[in-house]
This record gives sequence, C-alpha cells and structure tokens, in this order.
Amino acid sequence: MGYTPDTQVLFPQAMDLVDVRDVRVARTRPQTVPLPGEVVLGGGTWLFSEPQPGVHGLVDVTTAGWEPWTRTPDGLRVAATCTLAELAAIPAQPGWSAQSLFGTAVDALLGSWKIHRVATVGGNLCLALPAGPMIALAAALDGTALVWTPDGGERRVPVLDLVTGVRRTTLRAGEVLRAVDLPEHALTARVASRRASLSALGRSAAFVLARRDADGTFVLTVTASTDRPRQVRLPGVPTDVPTDVPTAADVVDAVDAIGDWYDDPHGDPRWRRATTLRFARELRDELAGGAA
Amino acid sequence: MRVRLEIDGRTVDVEPRPGQVLRTLLRELGVHGVKKGCDAGDCGACTVLLDGAPVHSCLYPAHRLDGTAVTTVEGLGTPDDLHPVQRAFVDAAGFQCGFCTAGMVVTVAAMDDAQRADLPRALKGNICRCTGYRSVVDAVHGTVNVEPDATAGGSAAAPAATRVVTGREPYTLDVRTPDLLHLAVLGSPHASARVVSVDARAALALPGVRAVLTHADAPATLFSTGRHQNRLEDPDDTRVLDPVLRFRGQRVAAVVADSPAEAERALAALVVEYAVLPAVHDPEQARRPGAWAVHGDKDAATSRLVDPGRNTVAELHAERGDVSAAVARAAAVVTGTWTTARVSHVALETHATRGWLDADGRLVLRTSSQVPYLVRDEIARVFDLDRERVRVFTARVGGGFGGKQELLTEDLVALAVLRTGRAVQYEMSREDEFTRAPLRHPMRVRVTVAADAGGTLTALAVDQLMDTGAYGNHGVGVMYHSVHESVAVYRCANVRVDAQSVYTNNPPSGAFRGYGLGQVTFAVESAMDDLARALGIDPVELRRRNVLRPGDPVRTVEEHVPADITYDGEHGAGACLDLVADALAGPDDVPAPPGWPAGQGVALAMIATIPPRGHFADAVVRLLPDGTVELEVGTADFGSGSTTVHAQLVAQVLGTVPGRVRIRQSDTDVAGFDTGAYGSTGVVVAGRAVHAAATALAATVRERAAGLGVPDGVPADGGWRGEGRFLTAADLLAAGPLEGRGHHDGRQRTVAFNVHGVRVAVDPDSGEVRVLRSVHAADAGVVLNPEQLRGQVEGGVAQGFGSALLEEVRVDDAGRVTTSTLRAYRVPRLADVPLTHVLFAPTHSDLGPLGAKSMSEAPYNPVAPAVANAVRDAVGVRPYGLPMTRDRVWLLLHPEEAGRASRAPGPTG
Repeated sequence: MGYTPDTQVLFPQAMDLVDVRDVRVARTRPQTVPLPGEVVLGGGTWLFSEPQPGVHGLVDVTTAGWEPWTRTPDGLRVAATCTLAELAAIPAQPGWSAQSLFGTAVDALLGSWKIHRVATVGGNLCLALPAGPMIALAAALDGTALVWTPDGGERRVPVLDLVTGVRRTTLRAGEVLRAVDLPEHALTARVASRRASLSALGRSAAFVLARRDADGTFVLTVTASTDRPRQVRLPGVPTDVPTDVPTAADVVDAVDAIGDWYDDPHGDPRWRRATTLRFARELRDELAGGAA
Repeated sequence: MRVRLEIDGRTVDVEPRPGQVLRTLLRELGVHGVKKGCDAGDCGACTVLLDGAPVHSCLYPAHRLDGTAVTTVEGLGTPDDLHPVQRAFVDAAGFQCGFCTAGMVVTVAAMDDAQRADLPRALKGNICRCTGYRSVVDAVHGTVNVEPDATAGGSAAAPAATRVVTGREPYTLDVRTPDLLHLAVLGSPHASARVVSVDARAALALPGVRAVLTHADAPATLFSTGRHQNRLEDPDDTRVLDPVLRFRGQRVAAVVADSPAEAERALAALVVEYAVLPAVHDPEQARRPGAWAVHGDKDAATSRLVDPGRNTVAELHAERGDVSAAVARAAAVVTGTWTTARVSHVALETHATRGWLDADGRLVLRTSSQVPYLVRDEIARVFDLDRERVRVFTARVGGGFGGKQELLTEDLVALAVLRTGRAVQYEMSREDEFTRAPLRHPMRVRVTVAADAGGTLTALAVDQLMDTGAYGNHGVGVMYHSVHESVAVYRCANVRVDAQSVYTNNPPSGAFRGYGLGQVTFAVESAMDDLARALGIDPVELRRRNVLRPGDPVRTVEEHVPADITYDGEHGAGACLDLVADALAGPDDVPAPPGWPAGQGVALAMIATIPPRGHFADAVVRLLPDGTVELEVGTADFGSGSTTVHAQLVAQVLGTVPGRVRIRQSDTDVAGFDTGAYGSTGVVVAGRAVHAAATALAATVRERAAGLGVPDGVPADGGWRGEGRFLTAADLLAAGPLEGRGHHDGRQRTVAFNVHGVRVAVDPDSGEVRVLRSVHAADAGVVLNPEQLRGQVEGGVAQGFGSALLEEVRVDDAGRVTTSTLRAYRVPRLADVPLTHVLFAPTHSDLGPLGAKSMSEAPYNPVAPAVANAVRDAVGVRPYGLPMTRDRVWLLLHPEEAGRASRAPGPTG
C-alpha cells in the first residue's frame, strides 16, 4: 500500500541541515575517512540539533558494523558507535564494580531515554562539551581512545588528553574515533560519583567521579565544572590496613589546584568550585577504609 | 538514496534530501500530527515510534529509514478509536493547548512499568508549558478528571480533545498549501547599526530564490508589534524592515524561496554593509543624560513616546498622600531593591504565519495569534489596504501566554505575499523565539513599605525601572499595569509610584502572563513579608489587615475613585488568605531532608479581571436543523480553555450538551469582532457575549415555539420541550432561521485575588530549594469548569516556579542572548514542578457570566514572592533577585564567596 500521488507532493520543512549535499554511508574502513567539508555522523542527536553552516557532507559510521562492545584481554572495548542505551545495558560482568558508573553516566545526559537510544558514546566524546558524560566516564576509568588515522594507521590517546577544551579535541583532519578501551584495573576498582545541576534532572554543572584501585590509587575525575576533564591521582597512603586513601585535605587541595572553573548558564563558577570540592571530600570519605 | 518505510501502516518510497531528518520528512508527507517545538531534541513534541521505540524525530537522520516502520500519534488511534493512552489524556484533561500532546502520548505509549513509576525521569524529554504536568501524570495513571456532557459548572472536556490527542486537530501550519514559498530572515549581527547597503544579486541568482526583501521594499509606516484594542496605547516605533538595527537578531532582510533550505542558504549570500552605531545595554545608563538614544530619530508625538531623547518610552511619577511623612512617623519601615529576569514564553508552537491571496485577491493570513482581529486591522493600516481586503484567522494555537499578542510574523508574510502574489510561510525557530520574539520585561523595583505599631500600612512606595529593549511594544502598557494592581491591592493612605520604561539595545520585551504584575508583586510582597517580620505580626495577618475590602476604591496614586473598576461581591482576598493559611498548615507532601533548614512563605496578588478602556467581543449562536447549535465567536483557543467554557455556556442556556455545539472561531470573516484572547478575557468578556447570544437565541426559540402552540417550555436537546410535546429543531426552523447575537464591551471591571503559600527546605551545601508543600487559592468567582480552572492555576503556578527558581534568558553586556536553546534555558520539566493544592474561594461576581471571574494570568503572580519569603524564613537571608537558582541561593548563604573572581555577581542586594 502506498500514498496516493497527491500525498507524494513534498512540502519542504525548515531545520534540516541545509548545507549538507551528500551523505555517505560507510561500510568499510576507507569509507569512514571524512573528507574536507565532511563530518562524521554518529547518532546525530547533537549534529541535527543545531544549524551546521559549512558542513557539506556527512559520513555515517553507524553502518560500519562495529560491535557495540567487546570484552578484551585487558578489559572492555566500547565502539564509538555504541549507543548510550547499549552501554547501559551491558550485562553485569563479574568483578567489574565500576560498571555501575555506566548507567550513572548515561543518566547524567540531559537528553531523555529517547536520546539514549540514538546518541553514541563516540559522538559524545568527540563533541567535547564540558558536561559530556561519556567523557567523564571514559576519563574516570582511564579510557584510551583508539583513533583511526586517514593513512590507514591508528593511534591511541588517553581520553583525558583527547578532549582539550570546549568543543576541542586532539582529533586531526581525517581521523575517526573508532573505540574507547576501558582497562580491567579501572573496571574492577571501587567507584562512586556525584553530580550537581541547577535543576532536578538538568544539565551537569559538576560531575565528579572517584575511583579507588586495588593498589590504593585514588583517582578523582572532575567534569562539567571545568572546561575539559581534569583528573587528580593520588597514591594510596600506607597505613595499618594495606593502603588507605589520601586525606581529605590532600584531595581537596589537589582538586582546588585545578583553579579554572567553568562559567556558562549552567552554574556560577564559584558555586561549581565549591560543589566540586564538596563532592571531592564526600567521595574521598565514601571510598576511604575497607579493602580496595 | 531512496528509502522505503512504513508510516502508520502505509508504505512510502521516498528520497530524502541529504541532511534531512525524520520530522520534516513526516510533515512533508502530510503527517501533521508530528509537531515541531524545538527541532533540537529537547521538547519531545515530535516524538514518534521507530520500529516500536520512541525517538525525537527532529534528530533522526532520514537516510537511515530504509526498512523501518514509523508510528506517529496518528497511527496510534483515531478520534473514533482512541489508543488507551489517548483516551487517558482525554479523560484526565491532560493538555491545554495540546501542542505537546502528540509527543506526550507517543512517549507514554512506549513506556514500561518501571518508567511509568519514574515519570520525572521518563518524561524529562517532554516539555509542557501549559499544564504544570499534574494532569499529564493523571493521564499516565489513568485518573479521570472530566465529566461527560457537563454544562457550566462541570468539568467538560475540551471540544477538540479527541482530535488533539490523535494529532488530527490542525494547528497553524498543519495544512497543505500548494506551491508554498518559504521565508527566512537575516538577523542583525550588531546590537546597534545602520544598514548601508544590501547587495542581493548573488542571493537572487541562487536556485529557488523568488525574492529578497529589504527596507527598500517595505512600507515606511511605523507601527507597534504589541497589539491592543486601542492602537494608540502602543508606541509606533517599528517598521516591517528597518534600516536602523537596534538589537542583535533584528530583521535585516528576508529571502523568499521555494523551500526553507533554499531560503536559508540564500541568507548567506546576501552582502550587507553595516555602519555600526553606539549602543546602550544597561537601563540605568540608558536613562542618564548623554546616553545613546536608541530611537533618537523618532518624533515623540508621532510615535507616542514620552522622551526618545532619553530613551523613555513611558514614565509615571505620582503620589497620593505623603509617603515621606508617613515613613517618618512609622513604627516599622522596610526598603529594598528587587530584580527580575527575562523569561521566554516557550509556547511550544513557535510564531508562524502562512499567507496567500484568495480568489478575490484578498490577503489571507493564517497565523498563530491571540489577536487575529487586531492583526487584521494593523496589517491593513501598515500596507494601506481596506480592512475588508484582509482576512486573518487562526487554527488552534499552540500556546501563547501573551507572546502572541504581538504581530511578529504576519507583516513579513503580508509583504512577501503582496510582492510575489504567491502563498508564503514564515515559521520561527526556537532560537528565533529566544532572540527575536519579545521576552518578559526584566525589572528593577525599589519598594518602601511602612506601618504603624498596630500593623496598619501607612506608606507604600514603588520605584520601578524596566528594560523594554529595542522596541516599545507593550512597553507602555506593561509599565502602567505592573505598578497598578500590585500596589492597589492594599488600602494605604500614602502611596507613591515612580515607573520608567526605557529603551536599550537589548532584545525587545513584551506581553507575558501577568503583564508586569509578577515582577512588581515579587518586590512588594517580599517587602510586606519583611514588614510583618519587623512588626512581629504573622504575614498572613498583616495582609488580612491591609488588603482591599469589597467596596474599597481600586486605585494607587489617583485622588479620585475610578468608576470603571470596583471590588464587588464577596471578600475574595480574605477568603484566599484564610484558605492558604489553613492549607499550608497541612503536612508536607515531600519530606525535608535532614539538615536542611525549612521555612514557609505566602504572597498575595490582585488582578483586574479585564484590561482597562474596553475589550470587545461579539458572538452569534444559531440553531441548525439537525439540532446542533453553531457558535461563532472571535476568540482564539490557545490553551486557556475559553472555548470549552463557551460551549458549556451555550449548552447550559439551550439545554443541550457541549458536544452538540459546533464552534467557528477566531476568523475575521466569521464573527463580528473580538479584541482578542488577552487580559484573561476569554470567559469574562467573550463568555459574556456568548452567554448573551445563547440567551437571545433561547428567547427567539421561545417565541417561535409559542407560535407553534407551545409557549410554556424550555429549550432542550436541540429543540423545545413543553406541555408534553417536543418541537424539533426542524420544526422550529420551518418558519426561518433562528439565531441570537451577543455583544460585550468589558468596560465594567472587578478584581480577583490569588494567594500562594509554600513551605520549602534549603540545602545549605548546594543551594537547592526543595518545595515541601505548595498551596494556592484563587478567587475565580463561580467556577465554570473546575478541572480546567485547576489546570489553568497549576499551569500559571508552574510558570511561577520557573521564574522563581529556574528560568532566565541571559543577555550579555553586548546584548547577545547566551541562552537560545531549551537545553540552555531551564523551562520547568516534570521533575521541576511540585504538587500544588489548588483551592477556590467561594465568591461570585455579577460582572462575569454566571458569576465567574477571569483566572488565567493571575496564578503566576504570587508564586515567586511566596517562594522568596519561604527561603528567607528558612535561611534567615533574603533573596532579592530572580531566579533563585541553586548557585545564587548558595552565594546568598556564602557571602564570603561573592568576592571571588567570577562573572557578574548574583542578584543578592
């Protein structure tokens, strides 16, 4: 059954990407390489949400057939095209206590569950917004980005170094984010997180994730209250119990040394600083004591 | 690449354009049930099911659709065969304007039980600006709030309910117009500049471009985008296209093309040379001598401006009694300065107009407007056309809140239609709504209140300064209104009012629910709270002692007693205060977290039931041969529910049911005249006209029945019943048509009251204000539709909470809007709106139909001060600025942090 000819008449509507002239559906690796004027399309939930003047072509990589996630000898590989919903639905893996952060980070996205089904982990990373929850998650778990270079090679870069500022990454022309690798040592760590927003389920103004590794290392990752992910790593403190977390004062001092608090309509930087410091203290206390 | 997909069970084979999304594809194929609210994935109005799971269709790339099945609200059910969720939204009265409803219904239909149990999260991607969400939650949970066939006094469903919930009710752009052209607007990149030249050659050479319109093409006639019954109330300071640009985003030129994309692309090809001019962005600076005169080129008398040389659109400085002397003698005096924020209406349907020439060559505009008749009159004036040569009408309007008491898209469409002879559409984007459409006036309000030891108010002084922005639309009316009922609400012997409405090079401000009262009420009611504290008197008791009583003159600085407005009927103010005091004493609906100090606050607001100087409505009711009744009335339905009440009134008088009343409305070709759906007049003015028309029809039916030998009887079931006989409509109409006409001029007015009470807890660490209990009493007179009125109150209260705690359109010191998306602007979502207990005062007014008062705008007004007073009560420090966002409340509690290097300090004093 089809529409009658009358209803086939198209009545154009605003708010498509009007400068786009071509959409390439990538199925092989060479096809994924964006050419000048092209951008890589993941879920599209951000790309289609704003006018994109000057974007003449889209390279859809969601058709490249990448497994959303795979277990690797050293942990978990999450494809750039893994959706947020797929990430949150990964079955609980024995020993991976840090997996609880997956759902927390997905829930931190301002977008609804309808967005979660379309938005991708890689898209959120490459967008490089301060409140990007996949950046927070990947950075907190010592994630390493696997980047395909246009010459057919690849390089690896810690997510912490991939995102360098608001809407800025170290991705170079023609490069494609292929996946993020999360290492076992982080996935098996004890974790906790705190998130603040100016409204009940609003956009993150501070999203702080803490991790305590088996060797006692205490890693605090600060996002949303800073322009890019910032991390504080402190070694475990030798005590009667094998190791314990650093003191609250040490943690707070280290976080306060970040010094550069983000200012946008989602929160006053003074409040963001204080909130982040409070979270740091709470997270340190939460992960203090007990076996790692 | 072509895609083949199923849409609502039908197969379609189509070639999407590169870069196209599902939403536009669906609407191009005529699936108009899918709405555009933001085109950014924030509002959810466009939600559809893709292979059974919901997506925001505005973000979904169309090239991915091959082999998929799409189900829209239209595919879920039909008016005659509703999906259970659609039925639930009808039964719960789970919508007002209904523009968000398609997306709500589809989203709810896709939820699992866990999501139904966590609606704040499950509906965070669905914005409703009208309801305050309670009725939406009721719909999800299957609560039935409407009564079938209810006449006046019962909770009838909206006449359009089944069409709204199935996506069948057409809104402004939900209709096909063949060979339609599309208009796109180039916005000014400068806050203050002159257009030196526009070179359109390259743009005109682009495919699909039909015309480029600049100031050289537009009439030089000055007008105001703000519309009132008396056009002389608004300053003539605006041109369709002005060579002088006074705010960022102001229209520079427009392109008319075959498609929106071609029009949009052509904007980039326009070569415009600008001469940048000085600018002023701070209203305090703007009124100082030597400031850049934003409309320095205007003649004060011609444009009806107080003094364009000092950026003054309007001002008022007057005193009754002697405030200074009273302050000097007072037992307690409170003085403070309060500030309020710009707020966006966020009506989910953006401003839009489609225009064409009809077979007679008349200009026809189908527009999203609250005031089609006033638009008709002004378009005729600006384009020098006879009024009869212009027809303006609305379909169902997707929300207004005052934002559509403006002429924002109709003039450009008129220009383009007259130029091209073709049908043309101009649809604003959500970003346009933030940057180009007027916002709530931000105000700085200084208040002094004084009382004697017995708690009698002896002085009340208000000094208001408002930033009306680059144009003076509503900049006069809002100023006068803002300092009227907010001050007149108290009996006070010594009153002083200073008010000034000034131009800046900021985005224009305009009409918004409450029309300025909310801003000044925030200040006055905060000051009254501090006064109660200073006197050691309960804040409710202080208001009881001083509030206006029936028979008191309704005035501020006037020596005389105004004749057109009286406080008639029962003591609604007293009743509302008592209701709130009692209800607020009830248990918390939300527990206070440990360690959070709690406090409570109340605030009182008064509003005139009708705007001053006349508000007119005509109505015609006629009996049809099938026993239904046709009602013609000019009032647009934009979610306030007046159309529901009109049907109920007709049904009541004629002994039928609302479902048998056919309504033709909001069309300058249909009813005689209607000033418009503003000033909360849908019931008290248009409703009076409708009631009068129905009553007149009943009288003629009675005469006709007497002629047929049945003088004693009543109108019933579409005919006449009496003396054991029933005369059908056909019997009655055999001797000729039967109709009644009604008219109302709204000249005599009364006042209505609203009291809000709230208990909050404040997190000293985060600054979060959590509402523990919220109660609201409304003096609406005789309630004609309890469920609908509850919805109006809840919706106004929700907007009040938004202004109190969340919403702010931020404009930087160069006049640039930095919150131009719904993700950057915190419009309340379900998670943000607390439950409010709504109570109705047992009052009536002889001026309204069947004793009703107006009650649409007013519930907004007392909310912010009630919350501020509760925060003050909880934490011991008073917030002086809106919104009381968490960061600002935290800064209030940590003054030592305020000096830390940052952006401009929060409004803490």
